[in-house]
Amino acid sequence: MSVLVNKDTKLIIQGLGRFGHFHADKSIAYGTNIVAAVHPSKAGQIATFEGETDHSGVANRADRYKEEVPIFATVRDAIKATAANATVIFVPPPFAADAIMEAVEAEIPLIITITEGIPIMDMVKVKSYMEGKQSRLVGPNCPGVITPHECRIGIMPGYIHQAGKIGVVSRSGTLTYEAVFQLTNNGLGQTTAIGIGGDPVNGTNFIDCLKMFNEDPETKGVIMIGEIGGTAEEEAADWIKANMTKPVAAFIAGTTAPKGKRMGHAGAIISGGKGTAADKIAALESAGVVVAQTPSDMGDAMLEAMKKA
Amino acid sequence: MKIHEYQAKELLKEHGISVPLGKLASSVEEAVAAVRPLIEASGNKVVVVKSQIHAGGRGKGRFKEYPNLGGVNVVLDGLKGGIEAAEAKVKELAQQMLGSTLVTIQTGPDGKQVNKLYIEQGVDIDRELYLSIVLDRGQSRNIIMASTEGGTEIEIVAEETPEKILWETIDPAIGLANFQASRLALGLGLTGDAKKSGVNFLLALAKAAQDLDADLVEINPLVVTKQGKVMALDGKMSFDDNSLFRHKDIATMRDLSEEDPAEVKADEYGLNFIKLDGTIGCLVNGAGLAMATMDTIKHVGGEPANFLDVGGGATTENVTAAFKIITEDPSVRGIFVNIFGGIMQCDVIATGVVEAVKEVGLKVPLVVRLEGTNVKAGRKIIDESGLKVVSAIDMKDGAQKIVELAK
Repeated sequence: MSVLVNKDTKLIIQGLGRFGHFHADKSIAYGTNIVAAVHPSKAGQIATFEGETDHSGVANRADRYKEEVPIFATVRDAIKATAANATVIFVPPPFAADAIMEAVEAEIPLIITITEGIPIMDMVKVKSYMEGKQSRLVGPNCPGVITPHECRIGIMPGYIHQAGKIGVVSRSGTLTYEAVFQLTNNGLGQTTAIGIGGDPVNGTNFIDCLKMFNEDPETKGVIMIGEIGGTAEEEAADWIKANMTKPVAAFIAGTTAPKGKRMGHAGAIISGGKGTAADKIAALESAGVVVAQTPSDMGDAMLEAMKKA
Repeated sequence: MKIHEYQAKELLKEHGISVPLGKLASSVEEAVAAVRPLIEASGNKVVVVKSQIHAGGRGKGRFKEYPNLGGVNVVLDGLKGGIEAAEAKVKELAQQMLGSTLVTIQTGPDGKQVNKLYIEQGVDIDRELYLSIVLDRGQSRNIIMASTEGGTEIEIVAEETPEKILWETIDPAIGLANFQASRLALGLGLTGDAKKSGVNFLLALAKAAQDLDADLVEINPLVVTKQGKVMALDGKMSFDDNSLFRHKDIATMRDLSEEDPAEVKADEYGLNFIKLDGTIGCLVNGAGLAMATMDTIKHVGGEPANFLDVGGGATTENVTAAFKIITEDPSVRGIFVNIFGGIMQCDVIATGVVEAVKEVGLKVPLVVRLEGTNVKAGRKIIDESGLKVVSAIDMKDGAQKIVELAK
């Protein structure tokens, strides 16, 4: 078991630029089932992906792959022809919000948006548009979602993952990789790793992921990786205290970040004295979460949380 | 992106929001020349001389060179002595303020040099209020906040008298509704003409914030004049950097002299760079990892010299530029390259670092930790380069090694 994505996921790709193509290729190499691409001016053409299979992904595959992916003009057309149930968006920032709304309108269940740099006001409008609709949005400005050996959607390096029992949820892409790699090396492995992204306005949040992991029988523990800015970690801590039945470990980046400076991510800023790492760590610890002192200790913190439980 | 008060007021005025008359001055002559037309046009013999820097607390701030002089000065000399007296006082103030260093609670102890003054008409103030528009992350919507406690920092009001903060959520499809603006105006105790003026002000401000992709608008104080007009006496605006592609006019308002030169240079190469006070230079991919790298350096007893996220789309050229920016900082005694490649490929980073070292040399120890996409190719490039590089197995190991080597 896993959450959000698995071997039955049929993926569309929106945005076939240099990065979109590169990472779609990596996903296919990993064994992900990409059934269609969407590009208004390339409709009717075929996108060809071929290369060496990533044997850290789906088992029992030939050493080389060649996939011919049909390109459609719209998300609706792509779904109609392929029964796709997820989409990944690499569309450049000025057009990304529109791409998300197109996918929402087509009622695709899962939308994973990798694009970094979408204007905040565009995402405010997207969130408003999504109210009452069926789709779940992950991101934007995130590394994507992976269920090891089943489905890789996004930009994460596949080889660091190993199927196992820990759910991973993170605001930071590269710190997700750190956590995943440590969980692979200490034998715990992952059920699913979800990057929720570093923007102040995003789709799926910590609590959504904690709920999914709490209900997933295969997931035996959760590691969450937060950072300065906002109050999402504090809210997650409250939810954990009241509802979580599984052990949780955490790391919060930005203990040494200066106030008022945006630390790369649009959402990572301590403003008006709110959103400090110290507040978040205190909230999580009071909810019984084991908080790692440094990112190199995330795997150990998870082991400790499992032992305590 | 931050802009100056005078620029914010220009934008507000363009959007139908009432602001006092004012004129920008970069020299003493321009400051003096601004006085007569202002007094004649406004009919008010008071003028105000305001320092233009990207930091708040200007009124209470003091100049390093003139410890008794504040950053904002009300000139009353015109009331008794007429325009000539006002001009003489503005001349004296401009001579002192221009080129001097203003220290406020937001500038830090080094202060900021004042290169521009805004000369503004005096206003007969009846009441001072507070108004701001910010993103409420919980709701994923902008909210407009108002308070009767104008002139006071909103954080203090929120702490001590939270009941005095009024707020309304702005629907992105509809904007601030008329009834919401009316409710706020009533809450602020506005009646009659002042209420009408206030409602118009609120509606126009909410619309401007959305249309311009402002990530902060703060009017503190918002004043009600004795004539019953609602007016922005101060104006602070900053903008979502990600939206500047569709606001070319706002993008040109950026004042590079207000920013750290190394940060400006980094920005040209699409790098997220923030200068810090320590001695360990960091080159990292990903904002979270870059922050965590700083935290880890500090945890093992060092101090980071910078935050640097090369981003996901960096080319070899960008990485080379990043490396140069770090090596140009004289306080850097060691460099830690910490990469976990996802969208960023390790070979691109490795090539960039090798190119940079070839170009500028390497005078301090270098520790490299590579993991992730194309890691084998990346490690090979470093190994075959012949550079004196210390490899690290993980982040903590790398941090410990560089802190030790930089001692």
